[in-house]
Amino acid sequence: MGSRTNRPAALAAGVLGLSLVLTACGSDNGGDDTASGGSGGGSGADCSAYEQYTQDFPGIDGKTVSVYTSIVTPEDQPHLDSYAAFEECTGVDVQYEGDKAFEAQVLVRAKAGNAPDIAYVPQPGLLQQLVATGAAVPAPEQTAANVDEFFGEDWKGYGSVDGQFYAAPLGANVKSFVWYSPSEFEDSGYEVPTTLDELKSLTDQMVADGKVPWCAGIASGEATGWPVTDWMEDMMLRLNGPEVYDQWVNHEIPFNGPESTAALDAVGEYLKNPEYVNGGYGDVTTIATTTFQDGGLPIIDGACSLHRQAGFYAANWPEGTEVAEDGDVFAFYLPGQTAEDRPVLGGGEFVLAFDDRPEVQAFQTFLSSDTWANEKAIATPQGGWVSANSGLEVDNLVSPIDQLSAEILQDPNAVFRFDGSDQMPGAVGADAFWKQATNWITGQSTQETVDKIEAAWPAS
Amino acid sequence: MTTSAPTAVVPSVARTISTTASRGKKRLTSPWASLAAVVIAVLWTLPTLGLLVTSFREETDIRRTGWWTALSDPTFTLDNYREALGRESGGGGLVDYLVNSFVITVPSVVIPMVLAALAAYAFAWIHFPGRDFLFIAVFALQIVPIQVTLIPLLTLFVQGDVGEFVRIWVAHSTFALPLAVFLLHNFMRDVPAELIEAARVDGAGHVKTFFSVVLPLMTPALAAFGIFQFLWVWNDLLVALTFAGGTPQTAPMTVALANLSGTRGTDWYLLSAGAFISIVIPVVVFLALQRYFVRGLLAGSVKG
Amino acid sequence: MALAVVVFLALIALVLFLIGRISGRRGDRAVALGFVGPTLLLVAVGLVYPALRTILQSFQQADGSGFVGLDNYQFIFTNSDQLTVLRNTALWVVVTPFVATGIGLVYAVLIDRARVEAFAKALIFLPMAISFVGASIIWKFVYEFRPEQGNIQQIGLLNQVLVWLGFSPQQFLVNAPWNTLFLIAVMIWVQAGFAMTVLSAAIKAIPDDIIEAARLDGVSGVGLFRHITVPSIRPALVVVLTTIGIATLKVFDIVRTMTGGQFDTNVVANEFYTQAFRADQGGIGAALAVVLFALVVPIVAYNIRQLRASEAR
Repeated sequence: MGSRTNRPAALAAGVLGLSLVLTACGSDNGGDDTASGGSGGGSGADCSAYEQYTQDFPGIDGKTVSVYTSIVTPEDQPHLDSYAAFEECTGVDVQYEGDKAFEAQVLVRAKAGNAPDIAYVPQPGLLQQLVATGAAVPAPEQTAANVDEFFGEDWKGYGSVDGQFYAAPLGANVKSFVWYSPSEFEDSGYEVPTTLDELKSLTDQMVADGKVPWCAGIASGEATGWPVTDWMEDMMLRLNGPEVYDQWVNHEIPFNGPESTAALDAVGEYLKNPEYVNGGYGDVTTIATTTFQDGGLPIIDGACSLHRQAGFYAANWPEGTEVAEDGDVFAFYLPGQTAEDRPVLGGGEFVLAFDDRPEVQAFQTFLSSDTWANEKAIATPQGGWVSANSGLEVDNLVSPIDQLSAEILQDPNAVFRFDGSDQMPGAVGADAFWKQATNWITGQSTQETVDKIEAAWPAS
Repeated sequence: MTTSAPTAVVPSVARTISTTASRGKKRLTSPWASLAAVVIAVLWTLPTLGLLVTSFREETDIRRTGWWTALSDPTFTLDNYREALGRESGGGGLVDYLVNSFVITVPSVVIPMVLAALAAYAFAWIHFPGRDFLFIAVFALQIVPIQVTLIPLLTLFVQGDVGEFVRIWVAHSTFALPLAVFLLHNFMRDVPAELIEAARVDGAGHVKTFFSVVLPLMTPALAAFGIFQFLWVWNDLLVALTFAGGTPQTAPMTVALANLSGTRGTDWYLLSAGAFISIVIPVVVFLALQRYFVRGLLAGSVKG
Repeated sequence: MALAVVVFLALIALVLFLIGRISGRRGDRAVALGFVGPTLLLVAVGLVYPALRTILQSFQQADGSGFVGLDNYQFIFTNSDQLTVLRNTALWVVVTPFVATGIGLVYAVLIDRARVEAFAKALIFLPMAISFVGASIIWKFVYEFRPEQGNIQQIGLLNQVLVWLGFSPQQFLVNAPWNTLFLIAVMIWVQAGFAMTVLSAAIKAIPDDIIEAARLDGVSGVGLFRHITVPSIRPALVVVLTTIGIATLKVFDIVRTMTGGQFDTNVVANEFYTQAFRADQGGIGAALAVVLFALVVPIVAYNIRQLRASEAR
């Protein structure tokens, strides 16, 4: 997602086509920006980093790999650019297809025997469903070696099903962020909090200053409710620790147990407190009808001060908003119980293959490498992309929020946990959890909410 | 088996219809009636007008103030249209998708129209065993939700190695047939039995009767069905995505438009411009076909 | 594309030419087969086979691994959320066809023979030409809520009207049960154009002599509408009601994009989509699809009666 800082330039290009702008960017890394090259010769890209693919996977020149993802225009262009050099040096042609209905469609295609070669799967839960169709194939050893080298154990685990490693992580995002206005903090003398208690007292101070501190929006069409699930997961992780969090996600402890109830009540202290929300939008129930895209925007108008949302929210600020520590808006890490406690909630995509032809495995391996991660960072001049790949050089990222995300992801003290609802069975993670969280916002009690989600857990 | 009788009958029917129409009925006229019509028209148009105005407004204005404020304090921009038209999706421009939309839509309208007309004729005028049962069965199949058919149908297509466009034509045609047969059958039954019998007595077979007697009377009905099917296919996203995929080689405009708002729906304000880009062609088609069905779907009912 | 159409038409022409050669009583069956055969083949493969599969699946577990009898149905008819879904669907299917048809009919009568008839029709028809993505954005700017607070302005038209009239703005999509009616309004807005187009055509086909005779008897205005217009276009009314009724049962886009089925607004078609494609509960999804089949039975039965009645005339 492009940060809006470069929008005027893109707009000026207008009808002439964004491709002109992108051509200029693409040529920096010597790649073939049309993304359909693959003639294997010519324009002088440095192919030394790609020799291993032609050696490990002979005979891939001239072959085609189809990639199916949920990433669409304009965020797809950096992806196309990121493997241009790979295409040119190996002669593999990558056919990219982005689709907003990916999550339902990929299952239909896999079940009907029409799977793509590679899919970028954004949830571990969906990954398990896809593996269960029998259409997916395990990752090759070269990919596994890359993942061992560049990613933590936790990430490899999220790409595995029943102990079998299938899918290497691709992009990542950090969800444990609170957006704020640096200038408002400076003018009012607020400090960025480093513990949950400080966050609470900051909020109270804002109320004392006559403000409605928090704003939120959870409407998101059929997925309405998901931002509450992120809030709850963040609190679960902070109040109960990563081990209990994992038990909770895997249903080894019930969803309506005391840990869960405490976490949701902790969210309720903010989101269901009429003094705290919903700045710029009205009472508590307006959270349910405000779209998540609009959720934090009152910060710019000064109608609210704090908004908990992932790093990718950077793309939602209107054109011309400067996203930086000294800019119009920025985000701070949602603190833990103590300043040393640094749990991180996040998400990301995984590269799942449905075929084991050499060219597919070569591309799969390339995507798990540090080469690709840095290529991708360079190919994303407008920011909005991070990876948990430890080979990624933070300096290659342009936007401050991406750099902050990468630092958090690479921080050895940080404990990373994947979005829980993305790992739970679909009946919970993509239905009951969202729905009951929304009911909870509009008045349902915490106990009834967790009881109903527990009841929706499929028996098995 | 050729005689001139059936063809001779047609002009007389056509004449009946045209005189009926031209003689002119006095319309219901009262100020209240006119007022009611204007109120309905305004209520129906206002939301769309709002979208039209919105599509020319700046993103921040859209978020902060109602579209009607732009009428008193106009600050308009073409940026939304410029960006919507300039976006490339998966390496293809909007024109590629527009062409695909036509390639998908035309056969997906023509094929069910022809098949349903034939079937409706048979259900109305040919006696064969099981006729009523089959008709009711076809009619009832309207309720099958498209979603349950996706996986079985796609599996068959993949196994049969059917090309992408053919898949989508066949799928759209299949889904359209129950409604098409139902609508056209209702029309068919209103063709006076005397006309059919006259033709049959003169020795014309069903094929000839269909083409020379029934088909000319059906133009308005076919035009009406045609426009509804056109709209449905033109605005379809699900069938296209499932059977043809989302690449610029095969995907229709709806796919490009759905993706306009970006991966996380950030640029939803572009959808207002996108909606108007996609609406232009259906409206042109409606206006062009309107004169065919201004007499309309059941105009053939000369019955008393 | 052009080639495909030509090939298709050539094939049909060939079939018709061949069956046209067959004559006599026995020929009728061959002709009938040629006429309905292609349609039956397509719907058998594309609709009947998937429908049967779905019925079978509705008695199975989520992953299709074993039979669970009527468990899926029991869930639908006992779970309190599911009962809300059924209740809402009933409301949709009762309200939408009649109101949409009523408005379409009244409008068709009012603008009949008006000087600007073509233009007036195009206005009501317009919503049909808009995709559901467009429609959901359009209605966002009708129902959107902003609080009564300082310098914040309404951006939803309906709430602005309330504010102008001195009332407080409402959250139209949250407050049950009215929110379902506000969603139904969107469907009516889309479907009235269909009703208007078809009924307008039917009205124009009413023979003049009938109307003249009625006028001579002193019938006019509303009486003419009730005693002449409506009975004369009865078949068309049945067609329109049926078509809109079935379309209403199947519609899920409106609910899905505007409320996601939350705030007690869910309907069977949307819940089916959720269960089958998101919640990974294929069995319950299939059972919901079967409930949809069942709901159409009364509509089919009514049409059969109409068919029989008109045959007996």
